[in-house]
Amino acid sequence: MSPTPRPIASSVDALEVDAAVVEELLCGFIRDEVHKVGFESVVVGASGGVDSSLVVALACRALGPEHVYPVNMPYRTSSVESEEDARAVCAQYGIEPAIEGITEQIDAYFARHADAGVTRRGNKMARERMTILYDLSVEHRSLVLGTSNKTELLLGYGTLFGDMASALNPIGDLYKMQVYAMGRALGLPERVLTKAPSADLWVGQSDEEELGLRYAIVDVVLFRLIDERRSRAEVVAMGFDADLVDDVVRRVRASQYKRRPPVIAKVSERTIDRDFRYPRDWGL
Amino acid sequence: MIVQQRETAAVPEVARAQTEPDGFVAALAQLSPRLGNVAANLERHLEIIGEAAGAGANIVVFPELSLTGYFLKDLVPDVALRIDSDEISRLAAACRDVDALVGCVLETDDSRFHNAVVYFSGGRVAHVHAKVYLPTYGIFDEQRYLAAGDRFRSFDLTTRGARSRWRAGALICEDMWHPSAVALLARQGVEAFLVPSSSPGRGVLRGAALGTANSYDVMTRTYAQLFTAYVVYCNRVGYEDGIAFWGGSRVVGPDGAPVSDPVGAEETIVYQRLEKTALRRARIAYPLLRDERHDVTDAETDRILRRRAGG
Repeated sequence: MSPTPRPIASSVDALEVDAAVVEELLCGFIRDEVHKVGFESVVVGASGGVDSSLVVALACRALGPEHVYPVNMPYRTSSVESEEDARAVCAQYGIEPAIEGITEQIDAYFARHADAGVTRRGNKMARERMTILYDLSVEHRSLVLGTSNKTELLLGYGTLFGDMASALNPIGDLYKMQVYAMGRALGLPERVLTKAPSADLWVGQSDEEELGLRYAIVDVVLFRLIDERRSRAEVVAMGFDADLVDDVVRRVRASQYKRRPPVIAKVSERTIDRDFRYPRDWGL
Repeated sequence: MIVQQRETAAVPEVARAQTEPDGFVAALAQLSPRLGNVAANLERHLEIIGEAAGAGANIVVFPELSLTGYFLKDLVPDVALRIDSDEISRLAAACRDVDALVGCVLETDDSRFHNAVVYFSGGRVAHVHAKVYLPTYGIFDEQRYLAAGDRFRSFDLTTRGARSRWRAGALICEDMWHPSAVALLARQGVEAFLVPSSSPGRGVLRGAALGTANSYDVMTRTYAQLFTAYVVYCNRVGYEDGIAFWGGSRVVGPDGAPVSDPVGAEETIVYQRLEKTALRRARIAYPLLRDERHDVTDAETDRILRRRAGG
């Protein structure tokens, strides 16, 4: 007896979310977690990509645009379209992103490390941007919102203490395709929703080329493995390429360190995060 | 003699039941407690009890761990209250003219910590239920920090205004995921299941609304209908460490249909009158409790126990 075909098993349709429910959850999250620590505002790196554009939109809806400080931080090789798209998203809410170029400091540093490859340069830029966001968060008495999605976090496709840093991350439990769906539901500009995803750390960079994976497929593989707790064999039996599934499993395992706080050597009776366990929202 | 009794006692009883609703008003305090801040939460409780009493409520039902917040972790011993604590005394004093079911961490003499609800009535502690089923899976870690209760006992509601007594039973959140717990209380004559909850929202795939809300919708309606009793479900709202509590507090009638106005994830108080007449109608239409074969349940349970004991 052959199994009944289940076309949805390998289709991105399986990830379809109830956008109204997600919007309510995420806006409530931003409002609650910002207000209860005594803040009213947030700072967001606005790259013009779909992830940060969604975060800007959610923050504006949650807190009011007057409490959202988007910052676009171009390097000299960043595409002009990225800044335009960041502006277009902000314009939908009647605000403008601050423009904080990072070319001078990045070039000054790499003048002393001319042999550095793209990984070092990309990481340095991501971390430079995050130091700017944290600096401006003091000026605006704001929290820094994160813009890493669940796909990036699970694959480790991000820079530790760079774009992966934040005080609060509203979209870290949404896969990339769910970010697109939410972006569409919230009416983000069409170009933001249709251009190829890119970290824009160098000219022509493409997430999917760099990863060697397509989001529409890897998202579903991750969903089956993580959310549905299916085994590797079960996922392969659903029709996914075995090598691809193995690659995803390997990446998730290899990047676990990026999703955890730094490891502390235990010497005392009570060690932070091991047997000293308190909620972050302690007393709030 | 017997006939005479029926004529003088039973007939007016029926007449009264049809013309005089015998019920009480429950207030479901759907609030967002501050995590680990018992002092602030206590003041809030006292305010709400006063407000609800002023609005005509007979009993105020608070969510699970309403005095402490939910994801306490190592805060458990710090927020725990003893039954003879000042905080409990203040709540008791506030419950002279109105009853309240309040969630807290209760510390025993031998330093065990229960996820408990305390029923205050007539200015004193009238009943305590310690959560039996402590979820320890997924996002839950209760057994690491808390001690499990070991009983499901019904208790009388002293609902001023109601002519006859109401029998109630408390189920704290996960307790309700075990039908045996609900059945044990039903067997003790429970007419209103009081269910304080801290249910975190999760599952947002299309078609399921919010996954957990969907589960509780099914459970509250199913139990109400199967046990022909009211289900008073009070969930909390707010966020703790990024996890949302979805609210949706409700009263479901003994026919399985929700009777209170639907609410979302906002702080609010839901007022709902519970009527003996509705219980009576449901139990006439579906005499499930009358027909329940406890003798079969007991005999089969004995047999299973004997077989297990015999290896």
